[in-house]
Amino acid sequence: MAEPAGRHEAILEVRGLHKHYPLTQGIVLKRQVGAVRAVDGVDLDLAAGETLGIVGESGCGKSTLARLLVHLERPTAGVIRYKGEDITKLSGRALKAVRRNIQMVFQDPYTALNPRMTVGDIIGEPYEIHPEVAPKGDRRQKVQDLLDVVGLNPEYLNRYPHQFSGGQRQRIGIARGLALRPEIIVADEPVSALDVSVQAQVVNLLDRLQDEFALSYVFIAHDLSIVRHISDRVGVMYLGRIVETGKDAEIYDHPTHPYTQALLSAVPVPDPTAREHRERILLTGDVPSPANIPSGCRFRTRCWKARERCAHEVPPLAVPAAFRDDRSPAAHDSACHFAQEKHVVPVEPGPVV
Amino acid sequence: MPEPFYEPDAAVEAVAAAGAGGATDFAVDGGRTPRKTPEGGPQGTGPVGPDPSAASGERARSLWSDAWRDLRGNPVFIVSGLVIAFLVVISVWPSLIASGNPLQCDLARAQQGSQPGHPFGFNGQGCDVYTRTVYGARTSVTVGVCATLGVALLGSVLGGLAGFFGGAWDALLSRVTDVFFGIPVVLGGLVFLSVVTSTTVWPVIGFIVLLGWPQIARIARGSVITVKQNDYVQAARALGASNARMLLRHVTPNAVAPVIVVATIALGTYISLEATLSYLGVGLKPPTVSWGIDLSAASPYVRNAPHMLLWPAGALAVTVLAFIMLGDAVRDALDPKLR
Amino acid sequence: MTATPGTPDASPVLLDVRDLHVEFRTRDGAARAVNGVTYSVAEGETLAVLGESGSGKSVTAQAVMGILDVPPGRITGGEIRFQGRDLLTLKEDERRKVRGREMAMIFQDALSSLNPVLSVGEQLGEMFVVHRGMSRKDARNKAVELMDRVRIPAARERVGQYPHQFSGGMRQRIMIAMALALEPALIIADEPTTALDVTVQAQVMDLLADLRRELAMGLILITHDLGVVADVADKIAVMYAGRIVESAPVHDIYKAPAHPYTKGLLESIPRLDQKGQELYAIKGLPPNLLRIPPGCAFHPRCPLARDVCRTDEPPLYDVPDGRGSACHFWQETLHG
Repeated sequence: MAEPAGRHEAILEVRGLHKHYPLTQGIVLKRQVGAVRAVDGVDLDLAAGETLGIVGESGCGKSTLARLLVHLERPTAGVIRYKGEDITKLSGRALKAVRRNIQMVFQDPYTALNPRMTVGDIIGEPYEIHPEVAPKGDRRQKVQDLLDVVGLNPEYLNRYPHQFSGGQRQRIGIARGLALRPEIIVADEPVSALDVSVQAQVVNLLDRLQDEFALSYVFIAHDLSIVRHISDRVGVMYLGRIVETGKDAEIYDHPTHPYTQALLSAVPVPDPTAREHRERILLTGDVPSPANIPSGCRFRTRCWKARERCAHEVPPLAVPAAFRDDRSPAAHDSACHFAQEKHVVPVEPGPVV
Repeated sequence: MPEPFYEPDAAVEAVAAAGAGGATDFAVDGGRTPRKTPEGGPQGTGPVGPDPSAASGERARSLWSDAWRDLRGNPVFIVSGLVIAFLVVISVWPSLIASGNPLQCDLARAQQGSQPGHPFGFNGQGCDVYTRTVYGARTSVTVGVCATLGVALLGSVLGGLAGFFGGAWDALLSRVTDVFFGIPVVLGGLVFLSVVTSTTVWPVIGFIVLLGWPQIARIARGSVITVKQNDYVQAARALGASNARMLLRHVTPNAVAPVIVVATIALGTYISLEATLSYLGVGLKPPTVSWGIDLSAASPYVRNAPHMLLWPAGALAVTVLAFIMLGDAVRDALDPKLR
Repeated sequence: MTATPGTPDASPVLLDVRDLHVEFRTRDGAARAVNGVTYSVAEGETLAVLGESGSGKSVTAQAVMGILDVPPGRITGGEIRFQGRDLLTLKEDERRKVRGREMAMIFQDALSSLNPVLSVGEQLGEMFVVHRGMSRKDARNKAVELMDRVRIPAARERVGQYPHQFSGGMRQRIMIAMALALEPALIIADEPTTALDVTVQAQVMDLLADLRRELAMGLILITHDLGVVADVADKIAVMYAGRIVESAPVHDIYKAPAHPYTKGLLESIPRLDQKGQELYAIKGLPPNLLRIPPGCAFHPRCPLARDVCRTDEPPLYDVPDGRGSACHFWQETLHG
């Protein structure tokens, strides 16, 4: 759990984070019959100025994790430390102060903006909630500056969200997230609802803003290519837990967890020559329900390497013993008893240079 | 790598498709797109220049003004709106079109038909049916409007709060509304109003509010629950907004449309409910002038003097229909998806 | 309009769409969703139609299937020849016989395409009862056979289950089984894996490719994902603003695109095997179909645009090796 890449101090530390949703039966006398373990023991660190990518398939708990990080949900257990202070128990004024520094960008640009408010009101609302950030007279100018920063015409202040396309709405959402000058932005699938040609524009914008405003990102997505593009470090999530984490090259070029390997090998690569010489790991079966997580290693029901030990013993997220004395990129945290390096991403020259 | 190319969106073109995940890839914007305006980027390598439309102060259209534009072009709205405007005017100033006194009757002229100066004839007490029909509008409109306001206020506040906060209050409210839905309206009216002696309209209004609010509460609750799940409410919460701000600024404006629609349609039914109760003798009582009372008084003579019944009945039918049509038109305008 | 790219082998042409035009009536005028699309599919061939939202790729497929909503949609020109017959001149009841029996469609959202109150077996068997007049019992056996064929484990046990009891990937398999039921000559798959997770997506695409090979069907794969296309297609048609802007065999297009839009798309997707600096981004947005720019519809977003692009609509120029590009400067794009 200690990050080898500890050159910066962690601005956000998450330890043992759990979010369980109780399953109840009965209408009047509710009794708990189980729990959906959406997030089930997540540890992560985010250093100042870095981008941590979280990838996983639907239902792996990555969106719940995002909502926990921005305090839209309270965790069942675990701590989230922002600059050393546990923020999970905060409320009232102290919580409001922390919220200023951790903001979120949402997935769906069509529901993330209030249709009854103008763009000026939407981006200006953070200042109404936190009046100490900007005096009243300055706000209009600040909002226009923000529109300019995200690449929209500052004169669009009085327009309504429905007058914009998806990509432009996402820019408005980003401007709102920036208004309070946060240090951390949690982006939950920020480009997956956008057209291919517009995705690149928004990814570039996020990249540029990171430098300009010294932001740290937690970037959550299911698209592995985009995560690699934007992230310094990557965590792979499966059924509520991070199963492998490391620097982007460690994860993509030297994966040691079988799930990561399967995930990477399944990504369609825009290169028809790759289909002949590519090895594909096709997983069998479906992701188990988070209400019924397998014992031991949670991936064992779909894993081709699973043995007796995997059913009894939960593999810790740590550098596997096989690589412990190794200085190779394969020596990164991987929660597998039988971790083994495997190259699955075909490396070819780009199509057009 | 290709040369870096930063360029903001070139034109405001709201292509309303939900992007890559959309089920169909065809979409046109709803006609709310402003003029095409080339947009200069802050540091773009493309065409940089001031936006020619920006200075013209083009007025952005809100959803309300769009709804209004829709309504103005809807003949159903125009017809029902004119009828309702007329009703409101004559209920405030009935003397504008009726010079007589609805309570001044001459038994000698009882049940007489139409004659000059008295186009609708006379009723069983010898009162002028035309005058009474005109004055009856005031009662109906008063009951309808006041009851609707009361129902909408009580129902949306209780339902909205229950939907927003959830939990035990929500469960309690749901059970209470279930109980109210089980009460038969007419029977409830007979029981409740038969003990009331007041001759004003207020007991009737009070009764309608008492029985009517659960319907609006349910609508408001459902609507609030749908709206509060939207990301923009979550975004406000993540910004640190208070519950009051989220409710007033984000939830209410987006949740209010279904309440308005249902309330408008309910207004018509409240008017007919008042008439029903008055007809049964437990609603309004003379000397209040009401279509329901007149219907009740005229019904034994319907064979000999049908005009005594037909005029107030016709007025009642037109009024109720007008409000229901208005509600339909409002629904079409506020929620095009329901069409 | 020049010819569509030649098919590599000499398989007979199954579907031939010529100069198809489709419009949608809206409150603000006619939206030109499809503006002269021409493509063909041979037996046993996979054509991928690639485009963003609003490019007209799904509308074209709906017109071919005959499931376009009319109104507001309207086919304003062109012909759709399927096995030699022009489908647009057929009567509705003849058209209906073609659907399901000779061509079938797979949709993106399998859950909403299946009836929730009928068991999977009933829905699969229905096809045989209606079209082949089979008995219920035989139809059920056929359903099990189909489920086996699309590799649903324990088919005999699961045939009586309802759609919600299956996972997303399994439901999509059931949709595929349904499309296959009457062994059509052509299958149109509209974003069949978009709603699925990567690992499941790979399974489903594999299955589709295998089945196409086994049954020698024609397959039209509609998608926005350049990666999926590269994995299975024989040839590609790239659509933009209701037109085909580039068509080519799959290998050529990735090696050397001949249209700036295709080139931009290829360069704008991040790659799994390398960490880029800044992504190339096509500037601007796809056009509003109510106001498609004059000349080349792509010119406001095109780095190569010159005066001629603003006035003259480029035809689909012949490019060597059976390719086509609707760009006045395709040579520059191809070699530059």
